[in-house]
Amino acid sequence: MRRRATGASASLGDGPTLFDTSQSAESLLEDLGDIFPGASPRSAIAVSTLTQTAKDVVEGAFIPIWVRGEVTDFKAHRNGHWYFGLRDLASQLRCVVWSRDQLGMPAAPDDGMQITALGQLGVYAARGEMQFTIKRMEAEGDGLWRKAFEATRAKLDADGLFAPGRKRALPRHPQCIAIVTSGSGAALRDVIAVLRRRAPGVELVVVHAAVQGENAPRELVRALRRVARWGGAELVIIARGGGSLEDLWAFNHERVVRAVAACPVPTISAVGHEVDISLCDLVADFRAATPSAAAESAVTSRVEVQLAMHTLRRRLLHAVEERLYVPKARAANAAHSLAAATTDHLRSRGERLGALSGRLHALSPLATLERGYAVAHDASGRTLASVTDFAEGLAFTLRLRDGDVSAVARERTKSGEPRA
Amino acid sequence: MTLEQRLERLEAIVAELENEHTDLASALALFEEGVTCLREAASSLAQAETRVKRLTELADGALVIEEFDEDE
Repeated sequence: MRRRATGASASLGDGPTLFDTSQSAESLLEDLGDIFPGASPRSAIAVSTLTQTAKDVVEGAFIPIWVRGEVTDFKAHRNGHWYFGLRDLASQLRCVVWSRDQLGMPAAPDDGMQITALGQLGVYAARGEMQFTIKRMEAEGDGLWRKAFEATRAKLDADGLFAPGRKRALPRHPQCIAIVTSGSGAALRDVIAVLRRRAPGVELVVVHAAVQGENAPRELVRALRRVARWGGAELVIIARGGGSLEDLWAFNHERVVRAVAACPVPTISAVGHEVDISLCDLVADFRAATPSAAAESAVTSRVEVQLAMHTLRRRLLHAVEERLYVPKARAANAAHSLAAATTDHLRSRGERLGALSGRLHALSPLATLERGYAVAHDASGRTLASVTDFAEGLAFTLRLRDGDVSAVARERTKSGEPRA
Repeated sequence: MTLEQRLERLEAIVAELENEHTDLASALALFEEGVTCLREAASSLAQAETRVKRLTELADGALVIEEFDEDE
């Protein structure tokens, strides 16, 4: 060092030489101070020069590394950046997360959270502080995901999206089912297999969307809107196979959850494994534990449908028979009563008629004539029934059984009187 | 009509028929309709194969239904 330094000074041509033994060590340092920045009061360097130099040195010395610690003194600044400390029992490190780097993070950390963070160690020159610039962050026990989950859940809950009254009944016999999932995923294969076995004849319409990663929320929302716009499906299954909480994150994304809620067609959500519950699951009309279970719940098996139809057929026939029974019985009764009434009526009429005609017959003068009697009429047709009706010489007519006889009264004798 | 709607209609018809207050002429009309529903539901059940299609959106926003290749 000294050698290089003196060498350098020698090169200037006007300083002491290495071999000049007349100089003390102190004066030598003073001389060096003129040449090296910060080596003496005269060459003192500016603060910004030092901090900038320290920044360059530190940043050059460290590649991005993962650091573990507890979050303390978290502040989200107005400008969108996050500032906090990471500490352990002995030390503390100032940390920053620029707002543009927050997009991939589910939520801001809270004080006291244990996190591991990937970042670049540097120096914040303006303050002369060491600063760790974080690009990725994971909290112990999926803490950040859970926090984001709870925050979104609370927001959607406040909007009433999880109200039990919102749940629609699923169609029991959908003939066309849309499935929003990855076209190449295991979830789709499972759903197709179950439908083939359980309800052949059902049409399944695949609406592809990425189910994990940055584009997943946008693609899921688009796929759901496409189903709505198409209008051909009676039921929608939104599904994804198992994965980490981070893999399943799109199904907790606020926009996706709202799109499921807004879907005009009843929805079944099946995200991850049985233990995973997503916000999509909570908002859908029905939650299935797995994609296979979703397919099972989506359709009534063909055998069950056939049974149901058989029962309906029987009920239909029975109902119509029952329904016809009363009118039939009434009709039969009515016919019977009518017949009976008619007979009665006729019988009594007949009897009366017989009696009447008998009486009529008895009353009829013709009947008397039958027996050999005759009736006398005058020219005007008046019946001459008494001796007093006759005058001597009166011309009259005798009506007999088989005709009339013209006659003239010669003499009349009243009964009980001697003949004249 | 979908199978769902047919079976629902059929259930409604049976319920209506089971109600004694339906007048006879309507009951007979309902019965006929019920028989038609049954026949049509049975024929749609007779469809034997699960069809898998794909719904895609063209650049101009038009929706297209096409065959889905499961081996893709």
